[in-house]
Amino acid sequence: MTAKTLRTRWPRLLIYAILIAFAAFYLMPVYVLVITGLKSFAEVSLYRMWDLPVGLHLDSFEKAWFGGFGFEGISSNFFNSVYLTIPATLISAVLGSINGYVLSKWKFRGSDVLFTLLLFGMFIPYQSILIPLVQVLYKMGLYGSIPGLIFVHVVYGIPITTLIFRNYYATVPTELVEAAKIDGATIFGIYRHVLFPLSMPGFVVVMIWQFTSIWNDFLFAVTIAQNPRIQPLTVGLNNLAGSYIVEWNVQMAGALIAALPTLLVYMFLGRYFMRGLLAGSLKG
Amino acid sequence: MRRWDRERIIPILLILPSVIAIAVFVYGFIGFTGFVSFTKWNKLLPDFSLAGLRNYQTLFANRRFQIDMRNMVVFTVLFLISCLAIGFLLAFLLDQRIKGENLFRSIYLFPMAVSFIVTGVAWRWLLNPGSAEMGSTGVNLLFDTVGLGFLKTGWFTDPKIGIKAVAIAAVWQMSGYVMAMYLAGLRGIPEELREAARVDGASEVQILWHVIVPLLRPITLGAIIVLGHIALKIYDLIVAMTGPGIGFSCDVPAYFMWDTTFQANRFAQGASIATILLVMVGVLIVPYLAYSLRKEAEV
Repeated sequence: MTAKTLRTRWPRLLIYAILIAFAAFYLMPVYVLVITGLKSFAEVSLYRMWDLPVGLHLDSFEKAWFGGFGFEGISSNFFNSVYLTIPATLISAVLGSINGYVLSKWKFRGSDVLFTLLLFGMFIPYQSILIPLVQVLYKMGLYGSIPGLIFVHVVYGIPITTLIFRNYYATVPTELVEAAKIDGATIFGIYRHVLFPLSMPGFVVVMIWQFTSIWNDFLFAVTIAQNPRIQPLTVGLNNLAGSYIVEWNVQMAGALIAALPTLLVYMFLGRYFMRGLLAGSLKG
Repeated sequence: MRRWDRERIIPILLILPSVIAIAVFVYGFIGFTGFVSFTKWNKLLPDFSLAGLRNYQTLFANRRFQIDMRNMVVFTVLFLISCLAIGFLLAFLLDQRIKGENLFRSIYLFPMAVSFIVTGVAWRWLLNPGSAEMGSTGVNLLFDTVGLGFLKTGWFTDPKIGIKAVAIAAVWQMSGYVMAMYLAGLRGIPEELREAARVDGASEVQILWHVIVPLLRPITLGAIIVLGHIALKIYDLIVAMTGPGIGFSCDVPAYFMWDTTFQANRFAQGASIATILLVMVGVLIVPYLAYSLRKEAEV
């Protein structure tokens, strides 16, 4: 008996029915977000929220983006998030790569303990550091600014980026490094000529991970960016959704805009996204 | 000799900035928060005179905090069990040589890419119960349409449900992640093991319980750690979806901490909530990290 026939013993139809039912559950919010965003203001009614739109109307998106009577749109928040996320992602990736390189290929006494101590930083509830963080950022002149948020995301991104790169470099044979050492290469030379050229997949995984978590962060954003001019998109969307004068279809359109960049990354680089996720759960 | 020294020092210098950053911004700050929780700093201007355990006494006597702790337990248990059950079910079914496996997998996993704020906004409207006068909305309306009207509830607007409705949205977001972890694990179990069990006369259900489930135990443990610390920290989702709710029925310690600290400027009180949160996460994480470290040392 082959593996194929063995695995097909479970009743096929039932399996597909369950899988499709769950797919419907996961897609349900997207369906509502999309159809509501595309409805005209005349069509929008909570009591007909599952009905398909009659035509394509982009009014809700326009209002969510540019704002309307009595409320701001989320366009400036969107760009704040871009200015915040891109530099923070790049810097964290570089730091993670250096740390991962040292902690996997240049181990010293106590380096594994040090690594574990670093890792603890990715699990802590950030509430337990917010009070001094605000004080220190204030003293550094970084409180309430985008550079301040970048700094915070880089610092608290160190554990996860180090973890992913360390595990990634662990798969590069140590013999390669040893051979280069014997040839007289320095620590920098080995990084530049041996490790770095192999690092692309690691960089992609880390950058996707950091891009997604920084883009989606709310706690740091709402604590550090009280000033509306620099608020990132999650805060902007929350303000939009928390306002009583903003129609719910505009909120749905705003949510869709906020979700779009990370969803696009997921769609086009899903494979790497998965790898980051699995790395984030340590190695089990 | 010189070279050997350089070889030892340069790696340390390279990671020093990160090590210092974590030492200050994680460990130092945690220490400072712990210290603040024993002070009288309960107004805007800092006051570091010691208050002993007073902040903790006030906190444990506080009704909102008691409700929050209960909510957190309910949320964590529901969230963990549902994510593990759904994640395992989906992974197990997807492992049965399914046509369109990639598509299904992508659909189950995409909510992970979205922020809790987006999830909260969407689910706030999906679980908006509507009203008796105006009719049902959201999921309730869907139940009406397909003849399951008896399933209608007030969701998060009903204080008896409260946080459990938030758990539905959280499960929607995170269960696909568990699916991905289990699927990776199932793919790692060699077919020969199942085959051998069959030769010994085990039924498919017996194989599932006595071969597959035990082999996946490390993944279950990893999932519990990851989901557990997310559950204890849950904050954004509640902000966007419900707020503290009627009678604090949707409130959690993380939310209470932010309110106390940054709305009411009661810093010492907020620090005490943060410290309790940290201790709870620590109880979950520290043994796991210690275990991973030891396992690594053995390799």
